[in-house]
Amino acid sequence: MSRRKHVTATINGESIEFLCEPRQSLLEVLRDLLHLTGTKEGCNDGNCGACSVIMNGILVDSCCVLGVEAEGSEIETVEGLAKGDKLHPLQKAFLEHTGLQCGICTPGFLMAAKALLDKYPRPDEMQIRHWLAGNLCRCTGYDKLIRCVTIAADSMTEAQHEQS
Amino acid sequence: MNNPEPAAREFRVLGTRPVRPDGFDKVLGRALFPDDFYLPNMIHGRFLRSPHAHARIKAIDTSAAETLPGVRAVVTGADFPHIDNVMVSKGTAGMVNIGDIAANCIARDKVLYDGHAVAGVAADNPHIAEEAVNLIRVEYELLPPVMDVRGAMAADAPVIHEDSLPGAFIALTKKYLPNASRLQLGSGDLEKGFAEADVILEREFTSSTIHQGYIESHVTTVNWDASDHITVWTATQGPFNLRYHLAEVLLLPVANISVVPMEIGGAFGGKERMYLEPVAAMLSKKSGRPVKVALRRDEVLRATGPSSGTYVKVKMGARKDGTLVAADLHLAYEAGAYPGGPIFLGAIASTSRYNIPNIQINGFDVIVNKPTMRPYRAPGAAQSVFAVEQIIDELAHELNMDLIDFRMKNLTKSGDLLVAGFPCLPIDTVAMMEAVKAHPHYSAPLTGKNQGRGLAYTMWFGLGEASSAQISVNPDGSVQVLTGSPDLSGTRMTFAMQAAEALGIDVEHVTASVGGTEAIGFALPTVGSRTTYATGAVICEVAQEVLKQMSARVALLWETAPELVTVNNGVFRNKEDPDLSMSYSEMCEKLFETGGPITVHMTRSPQSFIPGIAVHLVDVEVDPETGKVDILRYTAFQDVGKAVHPDYVAGQMQGATVQGIGMALNEGYFYDAEGHLKNTSLLDYRMPTTLDVPMIETVILESPNPSHPFGVRGCGEHSIIPPAAAIANAIHDAVGVRMNSMPMAPHKVCAAIKAKQTASNRRLRGQT
Amino acid sequence: MHDFDYCAPTSLQEAMDAMAARQGSASLLAGGTDLIVMMRARRKRPDLLIDVKKIPELSQLHIDEAGLTIGASVNCRTVFENEQIAERYPGLTDSARLIGGIQIQGRASIGGNLCNAAPSADTIPTLIAYGAVANVASRNAARQVPVAEFCLAPGKTVLEQNDILVNIFVPAPPARSGSRFLRFIPRNEMDIAVANAAAFVELDEAGQTFRSARIAIGAVAPTPLFVAEAGAALAGKPVNDESILAAARIARNAARPIDDMRGTVEHRLQLIETLSKRALVDAVRRARGEAI
Repeated sequence: MSRRKHVTATINGESIEFLCEPRQSLLEVLRDLLHLTGTKEGCNDGNCGACSVIMNGILVDSCCVLGVEAEGSEIETVEGLAKGDKLHPLQKAFLEHTGLQCGICTPGFLMAAKALLDKYPRPDEMQIRHWLAGNLCRCTGYDKLIRCVTIAADSMTEAQHEQS
Repeated sequence: MNNPEPAAREFRVLGTRPVRPDGFDKVLGRALFPDDFYLPNMIHGRFLRSPHAHARIKAIDTSAAETLPGVRAVVTGADFPHIDNVMVSKGTAGMVNIGDIAANCIARDKVLYDGHAVAGVAADNPHIAEEAVNLIRVEYELLPPVMDVRGAMAADAPVIHEDSLPGAFIALTKKYLPNASRLQLGSGDLEKGFAEADVILEREFTSSTIHQGYIESHVTTVNWDASDHITVWTATQGPFNLRYHLAEVLLLPVANISVVPMEIGGAFGGKERMYLEPVAAMLSKKSGRPVKVALRRDEVLRATGPSSGTYVKVKMGARKDGTLVAADLHLAYEAGAYPGGPIFLGAIASTSRYNIPNIQINGFDVIVNKPTMRPYRAPGAAQSVFAVEQIIDELAHELNMDLIDFRMKNLTKSGDLLVAGFPCLPIDTVAMMEAVKAHPHYSAPLTGKNQGRGLAYTMWFGLGEASSAQISVNPDGSVQVLTGSPDLSGTRMTFAMQAAEALGIDVEHVTASVGGTEAIGFALPTVGSRTTYATGAVICEVAQEVLKQMSARVALLWETAPELVTVNNGVFRNKEDPDLSMSYSEMCEKLFETGGPITVHMTRSPQSFIPGIAVHLVDVEVDPETGKVDILRYTAFQDVGKAVHPDYVAGQMQGATVQGIGMALNEGYFYDAEGHLKNTSLLDYRMPTTLDVPMIETVILESPNPSHPFGVRGCGEHSIIPPAAAIANAIHDAVGVRMNSMPMAPHKVCAAIKAKQTASNRRLRGQT
Repeated sequence: MHDFDYCAPTSLQEAMDAMAARQGSASLLAGGTDLIVMMRARRKRPDLLIDVKKIPELSQLHIDEAGLTIGASVNCRTVFENEQIAERYPGLTDSARLIGGIQIQGRASIGGNLCNAAPSADTIPTLIAYGAVANVASRNAARQVPVAEFCLAPGKTVLEQNDILVNIFVPAPPARSGSRFLRFIPRNEMDIAVANAAAFVELDEAGQTFRSARIAIGAVAPTPLFVAEAGAALAGKPVNDESILAAARIARNAARPIDDMRGTVEHRLQLIETLSKRALVDAVRRARGEAI
């Protein structure tokens, strides 16, 4: 009880406060304390990417970050991707082009892909594969999933051009 | 009913690509997998597991764990009813020993593998539960472990079970050795057959224990209430099996147990058996609280249901025109700690795609000190096909025959008698071979050094068996389809599509959901490529009855005889009056005034052993200095009867292919001499990443399955079978070495290349 | 996980005081990708984690004519995304982008990789090949330890109870030099090295003769190994396949691998020779101004 720390962080744009033990990972904090269960546990040791979130603009495995380390950080999770009922182009692409089967790895891949497109808006197939190699999928064999990232990238750059 | 001859059929809904409604929650992160489920007052369970592969439990002292603040309950094997060998029938799907299942969930007097559950603790949070687990003291008497099939079958092998009942997954095996049961299949006369052969090859192969590798672990929440009713919220392929097994293990009436299936984060056969529920239930009973138990990744690898490591010896003979004349197979498959591995399926998968007049298969279900081997997507098939397809490749090369032509000389066709003892149901194997040969990949030139191409062919059999389906039609025209078949990858969509097709309406009007054990009749688990096919077939039959009942309502409204009402594509007509018609939605509006909403429920057992075939072509490049094998190009061909949702079918083919690539190149359990599993994380249990595979081209063939009104065949498993053999054949094409051991890891490829160089150096020296 | 305390000091002194107060039962937390995983597996049980990421000296990244200073908590991604490092210290970029996947690289630090002292560490052979030096601070004094001497055994370094690694200094490489780090893994990413090798070469003006070379190998001994003889054998030799192969063979002979679940003795020896050879070839190409 005495070891708990008070942490303030910005999660999906909202300022959030929580109390957690140092031994609770950011993954546990998100899921068990803040009820943001979209981020998933797959291995709990940094080998599958299912728990991927974006922390201060950097893609990380939240199982390898302690909750207390989130103090003062900006965290993006899958719950923050859609804007109201408007899906993020990645979510839309995954749905329309079969980028998921069981769906357990999907939040991790969505966050990883978003981090990729945030930095490199027009990646080619090998760049996508390189960036996503820290995310394991056992259902899709990756083919359609990677095509979905390209489809989303294309629609996002198109939308950008339309805006300007 | 809306179904003329499948072959001539133009489909309205089947073959389209609607977006699955359940997909929205999955991309939003809102879908509820079992670990996302929370009950008020819930506490958390963790296991204590044996650190030894084989030992007797002398004493367990839980006192320190029980007094740790925050601990609410502790259980050991002694808390459970003693279940001896009780064989329970699964119907055609074989027998199951409840005593073994019970003992596997928590050990009684012996631990039989590294990771075998010994005790359970429930506490306020998982950290406290884990700390408590580490305070439990167990005294073991170590016994010698048996870690491979040949060791287990040796004359001086330690006996793992003093008395064990044989029990293969489907067919009966008979006890043969203290640690092994045997099944025998075959026909003809081996001696005579081999005498006719112009070329005979005899080869040995081994493979490692492998795991399904689903990304979601095992998580269950169980509540044992004050009236001795138990509710289970979990991800399971078989809610009904889970219910029966839990009832048997806890000695409770089946009706006291309710299983609520949640979303499943991958299964592939590994979530069709109970592991956590008995302990979770007992912790709930003792603590009076709902208990959530979640396995860590290392526990998943150590203590759930991987797939057999094997030793396979094959002798095959062919005439010089390429006709196979004889085959003698010895297949020794790990069963794990308790009997009942996939030996029957591995045996029939080995050679059923070829007509071999003289064949003998001796299959062995071998007990070793490893976790129980459970189904993994075409259980046992990849292991035996790895062996046989390489021998086929070698025979074809030996006889200077094209790889497809050789196979076409020996193809099993519709009606041919299978080694399993029944005829092959209709499937067009010739069309498959022709499609492969005509494809550009078959003859595209290979452009670089150390590159090669390989091919492998497989025939697998999908299950039918019992499924239930219920369709309800509402006055606003919306339709609910309910089944007891958990959705692993999108089958709710394919059920909705089949229902829409059968009812003659648009798929937007149909919602499909998965019911718990209270809501719907019995279904066999979502396994064996049966779901879209068998549950789909039941849905179609239910739809027929729904239309019949709706037609009767129309007849009522038209004051005419029911036989005079026909329905097609959502329109009811009167045979005697062509101007009279009613649309489906008009009929629905009148449901209340004609008797109320319509609900029809059925349980049926569609035909089993539906053949499905696949051929895979792969190009590889080998780095001879490191042994690394890179996959350059991959084409998977599969006959699925009728692709309900073509993208989902392609997804099944691609996903299965990549699993096959994983077991081919890098996946395998690594045990030390004392029987400890060393690679207990996804770092060292090496599954393919995005960088390890190319795009997988899929070619879908459709020769209709007459056992399904739309011709649908199951398609989920087949493409996991050929990759290892195809890659092995490609490696041989690239660098001239035969890989007889799976996984074909770099150090093995390097060693094979070196051995070949040494042998050829010797030959050269011998010549001078 | 066991229960522990956590603090995030903002100065080196604060960190050292916190360490001293715990008399050896505190651990330093940078990226956490090794430490947290080990703690979860009960292999380390500190009662205090001292988060060093807020200490300015440990988070600096500085390049000048003298060399490159990498603060101990600077993560791999920051290193490999740095264009100046990619240009001047390409071997280090090779290493930094190979550890785990992008998620791990966003947290794992070069300093942590060094202090973790795994025989298979992916940055240590490269740091050795560059002649890098570790700057260690303790309450009493500061000292410098060549990275080649930093690791003593798997998981064990020269760091004593109250020492903190502050940064790693990589001296500026001379003109006509190049480096390369290569590792072999069974998949194409995410694995621990079965074997790895780093080569640093300095060529003459014409780029045809080796002036000097340094080769270090990993995952084939209790610590990463600096194979002085292999580099020495190249000094004054012509740049050709023969001399490169000879040096690679010396590296192979220095290796003392074991059989384990990641590789066999025989394969690892073969790999050391192949990787050393290939690393030398690529280092030469970089020394000659080629992009790889």
